[in-house]
Amino acid sequence: MYKILNKQDLAPNIEEFLISCPEIARKAQPGQFVVVRIDERGERIPLTIADYDRDKGTITIVVQEAGKTTCRLARLNLGDTLSDVIGPLGIPTHMENIGTIVCAGGGVGIAPVYPVARGFRQFGNRVISIIGARTKELVIWENKINSVSDEFYITTDDGSYGRKGFLSDELQRIVEGGGEIGLVFAVGPTLMMRAVCEVTRPYKLRTIVSLNPIMVDATGMCGACRVSVGGKTKFVCVNGPDFDGHQVDFDQLLSRQRIYLEEEKKALQSYDSACEHGKLK
Amino acid sequence: MKIVPEKVEMSRQAPKVRVTNFNEVALGYSEEEAQQEAKRCLQCKKAPCIEACPVEIDIPSFIARIIEKDYQGAIRKIKEKNLLPAMCGRVCPQEGLCEKACTLAKKYEPVAIGRLERFAADWELQKGNPERSPLPPHTGKRVAIIGSGPAGLSCAGDLARLGHKVTIFEALHKPGGVLVYGIPEFRLPKAIVRWEIEYIRSLGVEVKTGYVIGKIYTLDELFSQGYNAIFIGIGAGLPKFMDIPGENLNGVYSANEFLTRTNLMKAYLFPDYDTPIKIGKRVAVVGGGNVAMDASRTALRLGAKRVFNIYRRSRKEMPARVEEVQNAKDEGVKFNFLTNPVRILGNSKGWVTGIESIRMELGEPDESGRQRPVPIKGSEFTIGVDVVVMAIGAGANPLLPSATPDLKLNKWGYIIADETTGQTSKDGVWAGGDIVSGAATVISAMASGRSSARAIHQYLMESHKSG
Repeated sequence: MYKILNKQDLAPNIEEFLISCPEIARKAQPGQFVVVRIDERGERIPLTIADYDRDKGTITIVVQEAGKTTCRLARLNLGDTLSDVIGPLGIPTHMENIGTIVCAGGGVGIAPVYPVARGFRQFGNRVISIIGARTKELVIWENKINSVSDEFYITTDDGSYGRKGFLSDELQRIVEGGGEIGLVFAVGPTLMMRAVCEVTRPYKLRTIVSLNPIMVDATGMCGACRVSVGGKTKFVCVNGPDFDGHQVDFDQLLSRQRIYLEEEKKALQSYDSACEHGKLK
Repeated sequence: MKIVPEKVEMSRQAPKVRVTNFNEVALGYSEEEAQQEAKRCLQCKKAPCIEACPVEIDIPSFIARIIEKDYQGAIRKIKEKNLLPAMCGRVCPQEGLCEKACTLAKKYEPVAIGRLERFAADWELQKGNPERSPLPPHTGKRVAIIGSGPAGLSCAGDLARLGHKVTIFEALHKPGGVLVYGIPEFRLPKAIVRWEIEYIRSLGVEVKTGYVIGKIYTLDELFSQGYNAIFIGIGAGLPKFMDIPGENLNGVYSANEFLTRTNLMKAYLFPDYDTPIKIGKRVAVVGGGNVAMDASRTALRLGAKRVFNIYRRSRKEMPARVEEVQNAKDEGVKFNFLTNPVRILGNSKGWVTGIESIRMELGEPDESGRQRPVPIKGSEFTIGVDVVVMAIGAGANPLLPSATPDLKLNKWGYIIADETTGQTSKDGVWAGGDIVSGAATVISAMASGRSSARAIHQYLMESHKSG
């Protein structure tokens, strides 16, 4: 059992959890994730480790409510426990001194970009961070990410905060502006990562994306997370989650992420109605 | 003594009923049936069945105790060699092992050794409170076991009974390995697995779930935490695909995923349980092993109208147990032998619509001694399906080996280990089960866990003397 030590509402339907798991905290590296299972009936979902504190023995995860499991997670509070937190999983983001690196985090990918930006900075890179959200109130972790960045940009789709437009538009401006950029790292919704790759492709600018497909065991055993990279099938859980974005078949990934849309809707409906009738807490 | 030529039948759920539920198909012997069957045993002095048993259970002795109605004595006898008898009585391929060697089998049906083993184990389970012989004093040695499948559990049990302090690290959230994620409820109820693991725990074995060794700790880190020896029994968990077009379409599953969702995550109880599974109306299952049979029968129980098994050789070459093939057939699985998929067809939204296969004929024998199937030109045909399950075997999962560079692997990625002891190229590390042999059986994994336990014990006691 893993105890929730703190919970913070970051934005509508986005919560941050501080979880006690000293062994994982000691080992976690930027880019890695954990698998969380709430209780006996829960499914296993992968969540990126958004931060970790080795001394305090904690990790931070940020959850955006989408399906039944994330909605159930969101209802948990300080002092509640999670049945399982398994990790750290996946290959850590490869860290080296490249020069200038753009770190792009969109939507629910804003928090996960933080440890990566911090890591690259610790390796002596100049870090340009861009975070993008639909609207102002969904912009999270602004100060945290700013604090590990040399340059920092915000975009919102509706222009309510930062520059109006997509994160990829801002990236386009930065790339066009010249300057030596050695690497772009992107994490967030699949469509956003694809857009980032389309910006950098003509410049042959190396782009690493952190993929988030459906997983079950997340240790290489089931193959649910398979994705085509450079024409070869890879398992994101053990071969990734980071891949060369220019090689990823995003259409296939998008399609595979939608496999259980119908079931997810059904699960959420029966959960909501149970909640309304007070059968569940 | 008059010889009874045939086994006493074991009652089972009727096919029409059982495809509508996930309950166990085979219902076990009553006391009377067990008595009748036990009396068929010739009590051979030089019993060939013992030699044929990978863990050398004294079969005539435990059967003799059943005849005497000394069921406690029977289960005690079995547990001298096998700590997981309720499972083995159910899933062990006895027809190729003890029962094949049975003296009766020369002329008649062999003694139903597996069913009798199950009877004795179930007797104890129903009684509750299993007998446990007193444990020896603690040796002061600690052993880490990676993986809680059949190899790890049997190794752990034996080492605990020798007085060592054993900790099992399991990557998933529940212990049991293939026994919980792979083998379906209707063949091996999870309550049985829980019960037998509980027994292993009662010997003082600690089971830590959710520990992915290679990620959370390396083997060297386990040594520095004070473990004196390590046994690796992580199985062959990497699903194989055919590398044909369309395999990443929505609706294509590895057998591992299909079975894990159903068994471990209980997707058949969705939405009461949170994990979903795509329930196909028409399902194709590719492969001819026990896992393919499990997947086919699971698909039916999930609600598929038609299930097509596709296998590239003929029925004779099928690696699945005869009993399982028969079960699948009785339940309505349609078999396509000498058929090999060439591509999976999909629609514009990325969903499976069919599987195109080619007919095969048997040619010259290959390295396995079985006739090699060769395609018949122009014989392609398509079966319309909305779910495809690939059950064509599993390979070595590289997660732990890749974090352990000094562990020698063969060219397929399996761990190289001494055949009798399981000793690996790394000091203080043993390995057994599928991660050494490639995909095999529960009982052979258990046997290798046992022999490694013997070797580890010897190593620990010698280092005890010198240290």
